[in-house]
Amino acid sequence: MDIRSKALLNYSIALGDDSLMLGHRLSEWCRNGPFLEEDLALTNTSLDFIGRARMFYTYAAEIEDKGRGEDDIAYLRDCREYRNFLINELPIGDFAFTMARQLMVDAFDMGFYAGLTQSRDPMLAGIASKAIKESRYHLRRSEDWIVRLGDGTEESHERTQNAFNELWGYAAEMFEMADDEQLLVDAGIAVDRHVLKTDWTTTLHTVLRQATLKIPKGDWAIGGGREGNHTEHLGFLLAELQFLQRAYPGQQW
Amino acid sequence: MVGDTNNTETARLFDLLSSVVDPEIPVLTLQDLGVLRDISIEEGEVKVTITPTYAGCPAIETMRADIEATLAAAGFEQVNVQQKLSPAWTTDWMSQHGRDKLRAYGIAPPDSTACGQSLGQMECPQCKSAKVKLVSEFGSTACKALYQCQDCREPFDYFKCI
Repeated sequence: MDIRSKALLNYSIALGDDSLMLGHRLSEWCRNGPFLEEDLALTNTSLDFIGRARMFYTYAAEIEDKGRGEDDIAYLRDCREYRNFLINELPIGDFAFTMARQLMVDAFDMGFYAGLTQSRDPMLAGIASKAIKESRYHLRRSEDWIVRLGDGTEESHERTQNAFNELWGYAAEMFEMADDEQLLVDAGIAVDRHVLKTDWTTTLHTVLRQATLKIPKGDWAIGGGREGNHTEHLGFLLAELQFLQRAYPGQQW
Repeated sequence: MVGDTNNTETARLFDLLSSVVDPEIPVLTLQDLGVLRDISIEEGEVKVTITPTYAGCPAIETMRADIEATLAAAGFEQVNVQQKLSPAWTTDWMSQHGRDKLRAYGIAPPDSTACGQSLGQMECPQCKSAKVKLVSEFGSTACKALYQCQDCREPFDYFKCI
């Protein structure tokens, strides 16, 4: 496999991992939502992310061409082989934490997928054209919630502020390029992450201000997801996600 | 002519698949919905192209199975159902007939003109009142939002414009 195909394979798997981990986290809200409509909204959003993961993994399997399928990639790797950004694997926390993370990721996805629709790779552009429409809805909802929670009661304000304070440093790695990503950018295939930061910052600052929340201090940052260095939470997540395929290999619905 | 035979055959296949409906909104056929994009026959194999509504829509697997079963029942054994992602599915592809059927079924159809913009003149599918209120951006499925009519108080689904 040439360097570019290998980079494209890594890129597709990493984007799939981002989607799968967040989709799985959101699915944990199923039957735990604060009320019925919100339960439905969280799990519908979860399905959108899991759907993206399927498309990226299917494409990765095709590029790799070694007989692995989407399920093998999703269920049969170990912690260090996952390439998702850490923000996507963090536990759901309370509802404020979940929605604060959504705002950060949705605002990022708007810029990222808009860029990816212009990719010279038709499959990535196709997945992006689907994803951008969904992200538009996701962002509208997460903005709405953050304003309601931040500008809500004393307790909802405090919890939302705490959530952003805890999450803020996890944003940095979404704007960093993996080692072999630049060559895909040069080829017009991948999105240049560096240029997305300005719009993202504007969106976040606007929403947080409207929500009467303070912009957290940007004095720390954590990363490593793209190199396979994860938080301790990923192992527990995988234990649940992979249980069925590990206990009953090849099992299907 | 070969071309003519193929066209007749394709028309027959479209006809045949007009009985396949969305498993979650059974008043809509896959054609009404705009999910069924193309049918062709090459060397005895029927190739059906579908475009999913939402990336994670669980109905897509059922749609695929229903297409295969319908064609198998009509004697077509070699069937290949392919997903085409680009151009992405949009509610603009939903037929007028489909929109009318949705409304009669109690679901407000997507606004045909202003996708992503204002919600236009959406009205309650029950009493036709324009006084409606958004309850949740997401309804019983990813493709719908939940509304309530402020006049007849009836809650209803709105098929989101996307």
